[in-house]
Amino acid sequence: MIELQISKKLNNIDLDISLNIQEGEFLAICGKSGSGKTTFLRVLSGLEDSDSTIKVANKVWQDKTKKLPPQKREIGFVFQNYALFENMSVEQNLLYVQKDKELCEYLLKTTELYELRKHYTKTLSGGQKQRVALCRALMGKPKILLLDEPLSALDTKMRKKLQDELKFLHKKFKLTTILVSHDLLEVYKMATRVVEFEDGKIKKDNKNMFADVKKTLHVEVIKLKQNSVVVSCGEQIFEVKKPLHVEVGDSLELSCEVVV
Amino acid sequence: MIDFAPFWLSFKLAFLTTFILFVLSLPFAWWLSNTNSKLKPVFETITALPIVLPPSVLGFYILWAFSYNSPLGAFLEDSLGVKLVFSFSGLVVASCIYSLPFMVQPLQAGFEKLDKHMLESSYISGKGKLQTLFRVALPNMKPSLLSAIIITFAHTVGEFGVVLMVGGSIPEETKVASVAIYEMVEVMDYEMAHIYSGIMVAISFSVLVSVYIFNKRFKV
Repeated sequence: MIELQISKKLNNIDLDISLNIQEGEFLAICGKSGSGKTTFLRVLSGLEDSDSTIKVANKVWQDKTKKLPPQKREIGFVFQNYALFENMSVEQNLLYVQKDKELCEYLLKTTELYELRKHYTKTLSGGQKQRVALCRALMGKPKILLLDEPLSALDTKMRKKLQDELKFLHKKFKLTTILVSHDLLEVYKMATRVVEFEDGKIKKDNKNMFADVKKTLHVEVIKLKQNSVVVSCGEQIFEVKKPLHVEVGDSLELSCEVVV
Repeated sequence: MIDFAPFWLSFKLAFLTTFILFVLSLPFAWWLSNTNSKLKPVFETITALPIVLPPSVLGFYILWAFSYNSPLGAFLEDSLGVKLVFSFSGLVVASCIYSLPFMVQPLQAGFEKLDKHMLESSYISGKGKLQTLFRVALPNMKPSLLSAIIITFAHTVGEFGVVLMVGGSIPEETKVASVAIYEMVEVMDYEMAHIYSGIMVAISFSVLVSVYIFNKRFKV
């Protein structure tokens, strides 16, 4: 069990979060920009000072009398901008954390990076860099893996691929994982629990996250045809039967039904 | 006949100053780039002072501090038997003071330009500040390192005012190239002044052009 009581004064809000997380849980944090999501991760990892109490598997990481430095917290952290060591090759980035060649080889093969192990990280694509960052975070066999919008800079195809890899690695290492993401689809796909932050507080803690999944789609009419209309929902475009009295720009609600 | 002793002295002085300043400035610039201390602007100002102060002001204060009339000078001479005025050791200490900003500022800028998340990744990987400094920070700021070293070296070779005030012009002890050229002009030996100055221009040009070429090559 991970018991967190995170308190920190920020410029415009007071971060005040109380959370208990089960070991092995995949928790996603969402919320507007400036709601304290990234600060929460940074406090948990010891990168920011705060008045917090953090207990992980009955071991105190931080309270009023003690504060473990980031080096001793057994955490893996994946930043949005990869933060790789550019003076090192892919393999050296991983071995810098721990000289465990076996684990390094396993991770590189799992994420299809083995062929690139001697390459300098400067020469890699965004998706490859993020996989190196993920592997590096796992090299220290952390107790908690923190992911700060790790996939937001990647295109849709690469995101999907990395989401699958991340899910696989989470299962394989049975790691407690905390993901900060703006992408609701990603959150629902990856996490077993979603917590929403607002102004530094928990607005919603959704342990049974599929209970309120909507069965209707909100769409916008973008084109009228003779017997049908074209509507958009996010990046998806559908053609549906034309309702009466509809104009381009109107909002519609579509009921969904699964047909197997 | 060209006397190369002033050039040799200039380069010996520049080499020692650069080496001492590099060792001292590295932890200082690292601290400056990491600290949130309220005293940071004060330290930055003191570091930058030699850039704005006239060399005569700096030279005067250093001369006074080194002399027997000041508590420091008296202490050094009475307790340690060290006399810094008009000596090569005094020149090295004075050079370290007036070249300080040329070493600290590029190093500090180099540290500040580094991706903070990269350094934090190193801490999270279990590595301490020292290991992070030598294995992550320094290898990722090679152009700043080279700029700091070369510019400090070049500036020390080119310094005149402070050197003249603190060291005077003792042949093979404190008479560096810039002082030698000044003396040649004073005695109207323009031919030698031309030769010495030409050599200084050639050396300075080569040093600076090599920095710019290196920096261009290392730019991503």
